[in-house]
Amino acid sequence: MPLSVQETEVKNPPVSRPPLDPHLKALENEAIHIFREVAAEFEKPVMLYSVGKDSSVLLHLARKAFHPGRVPFPLLHVDTTWKFKEMIEFRDEIAQKYDLDLVVHTNPRGKAENITPFTHASAFYTDIMKTEALRQALDAGGYDAAFGGARRDEEASRAKERIYSFRTPDHRWDPRNQRPELWNIYNGMIRQGESVRAFPLSNWTEVDIWRYIQAEDIPLVPLYYAAERPYVERDGMMILAEDPRLELKPGEEVQRGMIRFRTLGCFPLTGAIRSTASNLDEVIAELEIATVSERQGRAIDRDQSGSMEKKKREGYF
Amino acid sequence: MTVSAQSAPTPAASATILPFAEPLKGSRDTKPLRLITCGSVDDGKSTLIGRLLWDTKAVKEDQAVTLARDSGGQNDLGLPDFALLLDGLQAEREQGITIDVAYRYFATDRRAFIVADTPGHEQYTRNMATGASTADLAILLADARTGLLEQTRRHATIAALMGIRQFVLAVNKFDLVHYDRAIFDGISQDFRELAMSLGVRQITAIPMSALKGENVVYRADAAMPWYQGPTLVEALELATVRSTQAGGFRLPVQRVVRPGESFRGYQGTVSGGSVKPGDSVVILPSGTVANVKQIVTFDLVRNAAVAGDAITLVLDRQVDVARGDMIVSIDAQPMTGKDFEAQLVSLQPSGIEPGKRYWLKSGSRRQRVSVEPISQLELATGTWLPHASTLQMNAIGKVRLSFEEQAIFDPYDQNRSTGAFILIDPDTLNTVAGGMVTAKRSDLGSIEVRHEGQRVILSLPADLAEQIMASELFANRRDEAEIRHMTAAQAAELFSDAASDI
Ligand SMILES: Nc1nc2c(ncn2[C@@H]2O[C@H](COP(=O)(O)OP(=O)(O)O)[C@@H](O)[C@H]2O)c(=O)[nH]1
Repeated sequence: MPLSVQETEVKNPPVSRPPLDPHLKALENEAIHIFREVAAEFEKPVMLYSVGKDSSVLLHLARKAFHPGRVPFPLLHVDTTWKFKEMIEFRDEIAQKYDLDLVVHTNPRGKAENITPFTHASAFYTDIMKTEALRQALDAGGYDAAFGGARRDEEASRAKERIYSFRTPDHRWDPRNQRPELWNIYNGMIRQGESVRAFPLSNWTEVDIWRYIQAEDIPLVPLYYAAERPYVERDGMMILAEDPRLELKPGEEVQRGMIRFRTLGCFPLTGAIRSTASNLDEVIAELEIATVSERQGRAIDRDQSGSMEKKKREGYF
Repeated sequence: MTVSAQSAPTPAASATILPFAEPLKGSRDTKPLRLITCGSVDDGKSTLIGRLLWDTKAVKEDQAVTLARDSGGQNDLGLPDFALLLDGLQAEREQGITIDVAYRYFATDRRAFIVADTPGHEQYTRNMATGASTADLAILLADARTGLLEQTRRHATIAALMGIRQFVLAVNKFDLVHYDRAIFDGISQDFRELAMSLGVRQITAIPMSALKGENVVYRADAAMPWYQGPTLVEALELATVRSTQAGGFRLPVQRVVRPGESFRGYQGTVSGGSVKPGDSVVILPSGTVANVKQIVTFDLVRNAAVAGDAITLVLDRQVDVARGDMIVSIDAQPMTGKDFEAQLVSLQPSGIEPGKRYWLKSGSRRQRVSVEPISQLELATGTWLPHASTLQMNAIGKVRLSFEEQAIFDPYDQNRSTGAFILIDPDTLNTVAGGMVTAKRSDLGSIEVRHEGQRVILSLPADLAEQIMASELFANRRDEAEIRHMTAAQAAELFSDAASDI
């Protein structure tokens, strides 16, 4: 499908803003360079789109990179069916607004075997509904390059990952056998069945992401901003209580309060934080005094040290 | 879903605001500085990087907790074992070694930093070359008790070879030598000589204790009142980011964008110089001439672009431009040809084999090349020894590149982007070398007789010099010559000075 994508003039002409500061400009230039290089060297790229803030920045950069043409590849969303409702609404709205090709994939095993975050351990659930689902979608699409929004500052095992991260035909990552990457010259040569994951945001930090969102006025899922929302407390996390599939356990009750999310994923596995920051400036002001790294709200990275590396070797993004 | 009990940090539900703050740095008026750290095992490199991250608050609360848990304790200053923070991969933890290049991020109010962290022992040449390729500055570590080692010379040589022109010497573990000024003076003098011998003139030496955090982020006036220079972070804040804006305009074309019949743009990252509408340019290798009509970016149509900018260029006429071509300024063109000389670092166990055809990628251009080794650098002494056989992994060699089609380069010391390349093995498709072009070779065989390290200064009448300079032989190696115009009296004086030096 992406090969048939025509580069027609973009629908939404950009608005002009004050120029970026040199720091963000350097990061933006690097990301655009990577986007163009991958789009030129690979036959069938795809962009992983998780609907979160990093994906939103990634998409914005893709639109900039290919302007005045269209984004010349589809977006792939792995939908576990347990995402926040607002994420799905936002995703569809953005795809339409920016005239994007959106591919949505759900692992059929979820329904067939009734695999849910409530009935199964988070590690198993994630493996099936995210990692396996991603492999299925990449195989089905025959994609030879997939853009992701991962940053090296996120997690220790990412610090050594290349910008072009090479994967075997079964999507495995071998951290001990990565290709050297010098200057900004990327080696895009692969064999049939092999692929790369490309990470244009490798050198960005969380603070850069927020400052860029602010400078470029990038729309985000409203869940990043505080509002009064219903939630239940479970295992030390505040879980959004909107979805009828959330069954209360004995002793649990729905409370209401001003909360927001630092990271977005499957709602039963994503904890909210108490906050009154209801717009971007306030979120950034709050960040200035926050020192908890953002992945902490996610259950999956906490299971054990080195858990991310293990998942990545197995094909998790 | 379960959150395992061992993941100790404060539950997210209540942990928004914690005791120490990471200030969200305001808008920055400088680009991030990229640097590389090099040291021998146990010089304290992990401790130093950990200290930088810790004191600039780049370590988040929950990461610190995980760190404390995994290291099973803290050191005698109550800080966690920083090395664990850095050793990212499980395989490395198990073996207790770092084996590759990792990137770390920290920032001050003034600037952001990207650190390439490379191991100081095994395979250091390969890893250092990778880390140094993008670095503007190298921090070289020395243990105050031992001073400079042979290893320091090796690291400095590789850093200089890869084009780094700013060195900081971190004289670490200064707490173990009673903060003795004489020791610092001795080591920094040795270092100055070493750096000068490599042609590096921007040097700063700093006495410090990474363990105690002295002169890293915070000053240590109490311990070292005699030291008036900058702390490490101050030195890094002041460092310059090399830009190639001075030279001719270079745009390696990554892709051609044609959203409709009427628009045709050439997309790429400016790799040298600057450009504005109206400029005359040449498309290489075809040699076609055109003028710049427009510089298009997402935000607005711009009236200029400089090195580093990712742009879309529109020309004033229909010309044939494809990915891999380079659009350059008409009056300052790069070298084009089929024979070049280069230095390269061999990166893989298979080595670089004489006569083998590799893929060479430079900018957006990929083409076939065969490589003939000429000499190899002996790192211990800094001398080039004749070497015509396979360049083994970690070897640094001088080679001759022979292309089947026209290639386009600038000398690496003039442009770190258009002078750099990688070699890809056509059998494994792996990246097997990183290289830097030094000069174009003439088709004439005669210039191959060259003596390493020797130069000749001639004093000639200007008209004769002009005739020589107009010759093809000279034109092809113009970059290797230095020319000064002066009066006959000045020339005579120069020669008598040179004679009296002997
Ligand atoms: N006294 C003292 N010890 C230090 C200093 N910096 C590092 N060390 C110690 O030197 C040893 C080696 O340090 P490490 O950071 O692991 O060295 P690396 O191999 O270069 O990464 C460790 O025991 C450190 O605690 C320092 O400034 N002063």
